[in-house]
Amino acid sequence: MTTTTQSQSQSPPPSQPLPDGLDQRAIDAEVAAAQSAAAPGSHPPRDYPPYRSSHFRHPKQPLIPVRDPEAVELTGPAFGVTDVTALDRDLTRQHQGEPLGERITVSGRVLDREGRPVRGQLVELWQANASGRYAHQLDQHPAPLDPNFTGFGRCLTDDTGAYSFTTIKPGAYPWRNHVNAWRPAHLHFSLFGAAFTQRLVTQMYFPGDPLFPYDPVLRSVTDDSARQRLVSAYDHDLSVPEWSLGYRWDIVLDGPSATLFEEGEHH
Amino acid sequence: MPHAHAPTPSQTVGPFYGYALPFPGGGEVAPAGHADTITLHGYVFDGAGQPVPDALIETWQPAPDCSRTGAPGSLRHDPVTGRVIGRDGVAFTGFGRVPTDADGHWAVRTMPPGGVSYVSVAVFARGLLHHLYTRAYLVDEPGDALLGSLDAERRSTLIARSETARTYRFDIRLQGADETVFLEFG
Repeated sequence: MTTTTQSQSQSPPPSQPLPDGLDQRAIDAEVAAAQSAAAPGSHPPRDYPPYRSSHFRHPKQPLIPVRDPEAVELTGPAFGVTDVTALDRDLTRQHQGEPLGERITVSGRVLDREGRPVRGQLVELWQANASGRYAHQLDQHPAPLDPNFTGFGRCLTDDTGAYSFTTIKPGAYPWRNHVNAWRPAHLHFSLFGAAFTQRLVTQMYFPGDPLFPYDPVLRSVTDDSARQRLVSAYDHDLSVPEWSLGYRWDIVLDGPSATLFEEGEHH
Repeated sequence: MPHAHAPTPSQTVGPFYGYALPFPGGGEVAPAGHADTITLHGYVFDGAGQPVPDALIETWQPAPDCSRTGAPGSLRHDPVTGRVIGRDGVAFTGFGRVPTDADGHWAVRTMPPGGVSYVSVAVFARGLLHHLYTRAYLVDEPGDALLGSLDAERRSTLIARSETARTYRFDIRLQGADETVFLEFG
C-alpha cells in the first residue's frame, strides 16, 4: 500500500477538472435509485444514470423486434484455426521479457442458453497491466506502462466450448465518472457465437474485490444473480504449480434466434 | 424452465479497446480491387449531436453469391511477431470491424449483399452498456417486412443514402431527433 502523501507527491495534477459535486455518495444514491427502478433481466439497462457516459448514448425509442427466420443476423462470422496463432492465448509471451505482476490462468467454457458448447468461436481478451494502465495512448492514468505487456489475446473455443488464457492480473485504476471513481480489476472479453445475435462484449471480475459496491459499470447489472455471473471463481485445480493462479469463468451467450435458426436447419 | 443457463450480462466495450479489437484492413470486406466494390460509410452521433470518437462498428452480410459463411482463415499474421496484419485481400469475408475516428467517422469497403438489401451493423462504444444492432439498407425495399413496419420518418433512418457511384452514406444517431432504428432479435 502506498501512502497518500507519496502518491499525491508523485502524481501529476489531473489534466481536466474532476466532475464537480459528483462524489461517491451522490453516485451511490443514483445506483440505489436505478436498482429499485430496474426491470428484471440479465443485461444492464442502456439508460443507467450512475454510469454517466450512458446519458447521451442510449436510444430513447423502443428497439424494434425482428422475427425473421431468414434474417442475416441469425448467422455470424466464423474464424479458422489459422486466424489465431499459438502465441495469442498467452499474454505473458508476446514480448521479449516477462511482464510484471501476478501471473494467472483464466479458463472456462462458452455455452449457449441450452447449455450446449459454442465450438470453434473466437474469444478475445484485453486488459490493463498490473499497474492498472492500458497500452493505449489516450489512457493518461499516471501508472507505468509495462514494455513486456500489451494486454491483448485471442483464442478459439475447442470442441467442448472451452477457452483458456495465460495473462497477469490487471490492477484497479481511476476513471473520471465521478470524484474518487475506481474500477475494480477486470478483463474485457469479446465473443462471437454462432450468430450475429449472440455477439457479446463483457467484463470478467475477480472474486472478493472490495471495489464492487462502488463501481457503476458492474452495478449497471441490476439483477444480483446476473451480476454475480460476471465474477470468476478462484479454482485451485487451475493453478499451475510454480507458475500461475487459476480462475474459472464460464460464459453463456444469448440468442434465442440462434435456436430458431437451428430448428430451421433441421427441416 | 425453457433455458438451463442464464446469459452472461453485457458490459461496455469502454474507451480503450483500440490496441485490441481493431486490426489493419478491418474494413476491407471485399477482395482488393474487385470491380463490384462499394463503400459504406458514415458518422456516429450521440444525443447531444456530438460525434462519437470511440465507437466500434461491426458489419456482417452475405457474399454476392448469397453465402453466409464468411471467410474463416483469411486473417494473416506477421510471421515474426504473430500480430494480425489484416485480411488476405483475396477472400470476401462478410465481416467488417472498424473503429470510428476522432470525428465519429467509419467506413467499410464491401460488395452488395447477396439475396438481401441490407448490411447488418452492430455498434459498440463507451457509454453503451449493451451493444446496438441496426441495418444499413442499400435499397429502399418496398416489400421488406421490417421497413414496412415503420413510419416513413423512422424508416428513413435505415436507408443508406447513395452518394457518388458505389458510395453509400449511413449515419448512426444513438439518441434524439432522427434517432436510428435499433433492432432486437429473439
